[in-house]
Amino acid sequence: MDSSRRTFLKIAGVAAVTGWGARPVLDSFASSGGHGEAVEPEAKKTGEALIGKHWGMVVDTTQIESIDDLEPIFEACHKLHNVPVLKNKRHRIMWIWEDEYEHVFPGQESPYMVERLHKTPLPVLCNHCENPPCVRACPTKATFKRESDGIVMMDFHRCIGCRFCMAACPFGARSFNFRDPRPFIEEINREFPTRMKGVVEKCNFCAERLAVGKMPACVEASNGILTFGDLGDPESEVRELLREHFTIRRKQELGTEPSVYYIV
Amino acid sequence: MNDRGKIIAGLAIFIAIVTLPFWFNMGKAAPVPDPKLTAKAKAAKECVESTAYMRAEHMQLLDVWRDTVVRDAKRVYVTEKGKEYMMSLSNTCLDCHSNKTEFCDRCHDYASARPYCWDCHIDNPKGEN
Repeated sequence: MDSSRRTFLKIAGVAAVTGWGARPVLDSFASSGGHGEAVEPEAKKTGEALIGKHWGMVVDTTQIESIDDLEPIFEACHKLHNVPVLKNKRHRIMWIWEDEYEHVFPGQESPYMVERLHKTPLPVLCNHCENPPCVRACPTKATFKRESDGIVMMDFHRCIGCRFCMAACPFGARSFNFRDPRPFIEEINREFPTRMKGVVEKCNFCAERLAVGKMPACVEASNGILTFGDLGDPESEVRELLREHFTIRRKQELGTEPSVYYIV
Repeated sequence: MNDRGKIIAGLAIFIAIVTLPFWFNMGKAAPVPDPKLTAKAKAAKECVESTAYMRAEHMQLLDVWRDTVVRDAKRVYVTEKGKEYMMSLSNTCLDCHSNKTEFCDRCHDYASARPYCWDCHIDNPKGEN
């Protein structure tokens, strides 16, 4: 074929026009997939749900005599949430557990402080920080702070098990499932899921119980040691306690703003 | 053109090898699965949405459900007809479809789909079997 600049320009022009004209056809093909278009769900909260602006907890350490006062608390939580019991200390999974004052409040101990605190075991759990470092560290947003009520939650569907959150948490509140936890759950609670190997877990402030109008399991089992409520409501029970008692929070100098307060 | 015989033989062998999987599996197609409904599911007549929708899109629905429950803290699903359901795989879906092996697994096995829901969610919440 004899090619010249003239014929080339002609062909190019025609091609451009037809190409432009074919666009709507192609677009409509591309959009009519039909599959994977989920309906926008009509969803709402349960009617009986407890609503709070900023959930928090107050631990009254003056009521703790010995570890026997705390065991029922741990048991209630761990049974309800299918937390496995692992013998190997490095594999252990804990949502709420005990520690001594020196470890809970490092830097705030002194040799001559009130004697009770030297021997009282203190319950520790996720602090549901207002400024949670674990959430900043998570690369998949599997852990997130629920804006509606301040609970720091885990979305196990998204967790890839990188454990950045465990490194970021200054309170050691997170545990990793190094093994499939199912064989180590003593008595399975069939209404709550278990976890799988390779995800990080921690306390969820009993979000599933708040949704049906119940207080967290630990609070119910605590005989008054733990008080749970809305820190955003000045009339709430926790705010009342905070007004009347001197309280401290864990590692406050780090600026994570924990939501768990200790009366000492 | 002296290699005609070789070329044709080579082509024949090539086609035979490429189509081998089809010959190999001929007549061995697995029967179309027939998921069984429990008495409770039958009595309910309709699932959360229409049967056709559930058959084709239940995975999308469950995906939306899990995000809505975990991330938005909304646990109640309202259908177009205004009926309300708790969004829970173990406690709502499997309440009716309590026969996972005869219901879920039949199609999943046929389609070679291996959902990992059951690694965490309890597959027989009533503890029947």
